[in-house]
Amino acid sequence: MALLSIRNLTTVFNCQEGMVKACNNVSLDINQGQTLGLIGETGCGKSVLGLSILKLLPVNAVSSGQIIYNNQDLLALSVKEMCQVRGSEIGFLPQSPATALNPVLRIGEQLTEGLQLHQGMVKEKARVIAMDMLKSLGLKDCDKRAADYPHQLSGGMKQRVVAAMSITGQPSLLIADEPTKGLDAVNRAQVIDLLRQLTIKTKASLLLITHDLKVAVALCDEIAVMYSGEIVEKGSADQVLNNPLHPYTQGLVASLPERGLFPIPGYSPSLLDDIPGCRFYSRCPIRNENCKHQPVINREVNGVHVRCLYVDQSGGTQQRIYGRGFQSEAV
Amino acid sequence: MLTYISRRLMMLAIVVLGVTIMTFVLMNVAPGDPAEMVAMARYGLENLTVEQVENIRISEGLDAPVWIQYMHWLAHALKGDLGRSLVTGDPVMQEIMVRAPATLILALASLVVSLLIAIPAGIISAARQNTMLDYLARTGALLGASMPNFWLALLLILLFSVTLGWLPVFGYGEFRHIILPAVTLGTGLAAITTRLTRSSMLEVLEQNYIITARAKGLQEGNIIFHHAFKNAFIPVITIIGLQLGHLLEGTVIVESIFAWPGLGKLLVDSIYARDYAVIQACVLLFAVLFVVINLLVDILYVYIDPRIRYEKKG
Repeated sequence: MALLSIRNLTTVFNCQEGMVKACNNVSLDINQGQTLGLIGETGCGKSVLGLSILKLLPVNAVSSGQIIYNNQDLLALSVKEMCQVRGSEIGFLPQSPATALNPVLRIGEQLTEGLQLHQGMVKEKARVIAMDMLKSLGLKDCDKRAADYPHQLSGGMKQRVVAAMSITGQPSLLIADEPTKGLDAVNRAQVIDLLRQLTIKTKASLLLITHDLKVAVALCDEIAVMYSGEIVEKGSADQVLNNPLHPYTQGLVASLPERGLFPIPGYSPSLLDDIPGCRFYSRCPIRNENCKHQPVINREVNGVHVRCLYVDQSGGTQQRIYGRGFQSEAV
Repeated sequence: MLTYISRRLMMLAIVVLGVTIMTFVLMNVAPGDPAEMVAMARYGLENLTVEQVENIRISEGLDAPVWIQYMHWLAHALKGDLGRSLVTGDPVMQEIMVRAPATLILALASLVVSLLIAIPAGIISAARQNTMLDYLARTGALLGASMPNFWLALLLILLFSVTLGWLPVFGYGEFRHIILPAVTLGTGLAAITTRLTRSSMLEVLEQNYIITARAKGLQEGNIIFHHAFKNAFIPVITIIGLQLGHLLEGTVIVESIFAWPGLGKLLVDSIYARDYAVIQACVLLFAVLFVVINLLVDILYVYIDPRIRYEKKG
């Protein structure tokens, strides 16, 4: 029984230009203690998927389908019930810690307010726990830092504070939204290390949303590849990255600098457009006429779910377009 | 902090010098013979003689060139002597000390009225964006901003004093006297503050740290009043400071309508009478208040926004 199972989740934004389908019929499972990587390019809907789970999207977003967490459908919960889930059952590690902290509130207060709320702790006790958490994540002078405001902290310190904040409520599932966005190589390595610590410490499951394949390789058990609002490939991290089946996943791997930096030509289609066939059609190197009109179904090939008409049973598409697979490297 | 304040106070001296020179020049450019006006105010139109006018011109030094008059005034003002009223002959300082409390009370009361309306209206308007409540607040703000003070004052008098008879038309001394003038001034101010609070809140509510706060499971009320408002209030404070300055200016009209014995009415009366000494003193006081209020707002920032520091520690 999965800890979280998403079934046919569709999230639509009502905009002046029309309906933006940011998540289209997405189904995913995350098991207890598992790390699932959700990868894809900017604007493919992966952050929306993460925010949909916690229902943190703006009012013009409408989600349908089911998000089953611990036998309850999160989409059916009231706002008040949802507040009980956020922070204590499901934690959220936001992208860019620089803007994720409230500039006019002290670090200590921002760290402890969740604890005080969910576990009814008094301020002093919540503070002790929060300080322990900070200390264990490698922040020095915690007591002094707690009295500081966010602008007095360095980027790395903020990263730790935000990480501590996301797990103080001891959630069983942590959603990390692009935790390495805009970081240099050193900081990225630190964040990966931090996330590893978090999952080991809390034994929580992790949904890691990232466009950084290296981060995904370093942390994930399973990987789901998202393209234009749909999951196009889903399987174990090893299989998906070393033996990518979907032409898009192959393109992603081939676009890495160490694999020759081959770009995928063209642009992803607008999320406003309803496309009857495959959404990758316009950029796909192995397309044919069927792909344009025929609805694509998920197929299972060697334990990997892939959304392409032309993936054969022997594994892989009929021709390898972009070169060899991606070797995991130590990051 | 102290160096910052003293630097700002030094700038105050420059502002005051500029303002008083401007007033002096403008008073002298304005049509009408000041000696004649003052004589009229002192002796009345019927018994006015040419000798009286000339006597006043010489005794009050109105025959000297403008810049000599100004230097003369400045020399006395620096010693703390603002001169005597040309009309009544009373010391100006005394007159101002009597009038200033009335204006300050009215200004503060108007500010309280405006904040009581604007802050809740702005917050609700933002938290319930594009609902009936929001439209209502925005329409109210539009009305408040576009309605001139003097007209609103007359409408309020017509309704509450003449038709309903609940409140006095004018007067000073009791609480009921301040209601209409404070509401007149306060609603006009509230319009701007409401709009600003709303847009400031809307901007803050889109920030990432609000998503973080929601992700912690905090209730919406806590997020709006604690996490968002504390940030949204910073630009609002700026506007409130500026408004307090403009309030002094606004009281000129409203005090005249409600016969409120404050500085504004004193200023208008002395402009009619060309009472140079009083005009100059009132303008001086307004200028000082304006600058001091802005300084206070800037100091207040330090306590509201932890990111602002005027000098480095240690």
